[in-house]
Amino acid sequence: MIGQAANFVRALVVSCARASKIGPMEAQKTFDEMWGRDDSLRQPYEDFNAWFTAEDAARLRKKQAEAERLFRLTGITFNVYGRAEAAERLIPFDIIPRIISGREWSRLARGIEQRVRAINAFLHDIYHRQEIVRAGRLPAEMIAKNEAFLPQMIGVTPPGGVYTHIVGVDLVRTGPDEFYVLEDNARTPSGVSYMLENRETMLQMFPELFSKNRVQPVSNYPKQLRRSLAACAPDGAGEKPTVAVLTPGIYNSAYYEHSFLADKMGVELVEGHDLRVVNGRVAMRTTEGYQPIDVLYRRVDDDFLDPLNFNPDSALGVPGIMDVYRAGGITIANAPGTGIADDKAIYSYMPDIVEFYTGEKAILQNVPTWRCSDPSSLAYVLDNLADLVVKEVHGSGGYGMLIGPTSSKRELEEFRRKLKSRPNNYIAQPTLSLSTVPIFTKSGLAPRHVDLRPFVLVSPKGVDITPGGLTRVALKKGSLVVNSSQGGGTKDTWVLEE
Amino acid sequence: MLGKTAGGLYWMFRYLERSENTARLIEAGQRIALTRSSSADDEWAGVLQSAGAFAGYLVAYGEEVTRDGAIDWMLRDKDNPSSVLNMAEAARNNAKTVRTALTREVWESINENWMTLKEALARKIPERDLPEVLTLIRQRSAFVRGAMHGTMLRNDIYNFARIGTFIERADNTARILDVKYYVLLPSAMAVGTNIDNVQWQNILRSVSAEGGFQMTYGQDARPREIAQFLMLDKRMPRSLAFCMDKIRDNLGYLVADYGRRLPCHDLCDRLALNTMSHSIDQIIEMGLHEFITDFLKALAELGGQTEIDYRFYI
Repeated sequence: MIGQAANFVRALVVSCARASKIGPMEAQKTFDEMWGRDDSLRQPYEDFNAWFTAEDAARLRKKQAEAERLFRLTGITFNVYGRAEAAERLIPFDIIPRIISGREWSRLARGIEQRVRAINAFLHDIYHRQEIVRAGRLPAEMIAKNEAFLPQMIGVTPPGGVYTHIVGVDLVRTGPDEFYVLEDNARTPSGVSYMLENRETMLQMFPELFSKNRVQPVSNYPKQLRRSLAACAPDGAGEKPTVAVLTPGIYNSAYYEHSFLADKMGVELVEGHDLRVVNGRVAMRTTEGYQPIDVLYRRVDDDFLDPLNFNPDSALGVPGIMDVYRAGGITIANAPGTGIADDKAIYSYMPDIVEFYTGEKAILQNVPTWRCSDPSSLAYVLDNLADLVVKEVHGSGGYGMLIGPTSSKRELEEFRRKLKSRPNNYIAQPTLSLSTVPIFTKSGLAPRHVDLRPFVLVSPKGVDITPGGLTRVALKKGSLVVNSSQGGGTKDTWVLEE
Repeated sequence: MLGKTAGGLYWMFRYLERSENTARLIEAGQRIALTRSSSADDEWAGVLQSAGAFAGYLVAYGEEVTRDGAIDWMLRDKDNPSSVLNMAEAARNNAKTVRTALTREVWESINENWMTLKEALARKIPERDLPEVLTLIRQRSAFVRGAMHGTMLRNDIYNFARIGTFIERADNTARILDVKYYVLLPSAMAVGTNIDNVQWQNILRSVSAEGGFQMTYGQDARPREIAQFLMLDKRMPRSLAFCMDKIRDNLGYLVADYGRRLPCHDLCDRLALNTMSHSIDQIIEMGLHEFITDFLKALAELGGQTEIDYRFYI
């Protein structure tokens, strides 16, 4: 298991319907975002295709190699745990952009904003009156028995009322207008530095592409992040709140991103041992003594945040920070306890949650989910196991999971037993036919499966969504694994101006 | 600025300086070994001593000092914390920790330094490849320095980096003098005698000062002049006086920046005064070895006090 990396480097957990099988969803030809289902060039890719056709393949191959060199030089690597030698690896970058039209994006953006607002409202409710439970829309045990629920947060309202300052909403696509939310990331979503560096690299290598295509910029993200965090500072922080990024340190898999964001925001990058509670404030040790912090963008998990309140063995956190937090002396972003909102068991209730708090139907669809705790759902799942994906409710990183269509009889039987003995522990989903986007290979363009993680900022001033996000691509033919430790890569994601 | 960041910068540049100086010492040692027929391996004990790597070597290899053993220990042995390879990695890890304080150019140059050296030092270096590898080490280090001069703001970040550089450099030059003082000493008594040609060239070569010395003193190498040049000449960028000047300047800028004088500033003034207020003849009369021993001790104290005053660790 690769620890902290799990959040970002994760297998796509919806598998692909095989053409030969008729699953619960009609199997049909995979939707390619460049060529559609019938090999006719889709409109957002027209200008790009004209450019690409005129390009010399040898030059592009050289550019692809140059991109890799640039990444290595900048140090955009991730650490792989458990390997002393060559512990740093590059996430492969593919030079063919994924292009989304302005129209497609505005619909997505509306859906994302709605969902993120609902998540915040849900978190506030869950740690206060629990109206959604009282209203009978969510079973009480979904909260009470959930490990992601943090009793220490009961009755605590974070400064500005914001719980999830930074959210990553993982989306998959199955057709021109069909997007599904695969997962919400409401704890410490990572990957945004790749989104920014991918664009930076493309701008450097193919400036001419950007004068032909009007691509919405992403480079404002660090500035917006800082503004958004500052807007969530506790009362009395003054005009210019002191913001800092908390990292577990240089050996963390996402360290590059932590330092990247601190650098671009122009704030200090701190570790637990730089911090201490001084006079009721969390303060950092500077060359001139201790200086209080107003907003801490922490990239350390809840459990390690405060050895006095959570895991007593943690050396990554700050003893007593939760007490300062509860007294309103510091903003922690994201708030502790937000994990209850991106829990897999809660996921299946998201359509209800969105409706309950916004009064509107959810714009973005969930992947249909059967909760095996429900006897009739369990029966259906057992009957259709070979066509379904079964996941552990609290699992992550693609572990403890069954992908029906690619599993052997023995594996299916084993899961059948597991499901019968602990149905509460599982959910099941249909196999979706995930969209593809071409990548650049030795023999030209070739379609590969992708997903998308847009990044969302929340503050009392509003919700900011950076156009696009991080596209992860399974580089192996037919593979659905976008996991960067298993041959997954990334692409620049373009949202065209409308 | 975080205390940790100040410490990270300081050590990053100490490591970088040390690895460059180690390469230079090996270069000089190799040269002398090649120009002398007998007891060539004797030279390597001195080189190890100058590099501050002798004690560790004895533990790892035992009493017998060989050329190959010494070079491998200093360049790439994982168990030698001061090997060039370990220094390159330590410098880069420090750079990672203080990434937000560095410009992209400085970070990239230190990262490339590590990537290049990791590859170049992956295997034992055959004799014929040694010159190339040593040049590479010095070159990469020069790139980092160049990136730093060209792109870094002259603020506290820069000052901590510079303080680390010059404390390490003063320390290294003093060590070379200390190991070789006996070469200078006996003949120093006999005024006007030229010392062993190869030996003095080696000393100058270890600090890249042959050309500078010749420009200043001509062909005659008298021990007194060499000691004068390496200790007191303020034009010579590796002399003790030059380094002390720089340390004092950079600590002084911190006083201006932060508006506060701290104990390390007094220590620095005292050490600078002590170094500068004697003529070379007085120093030789007092005892070169004693003088250098005192200097090294005071320098270490200054480094320690700086760490405390600027909250590197606590």
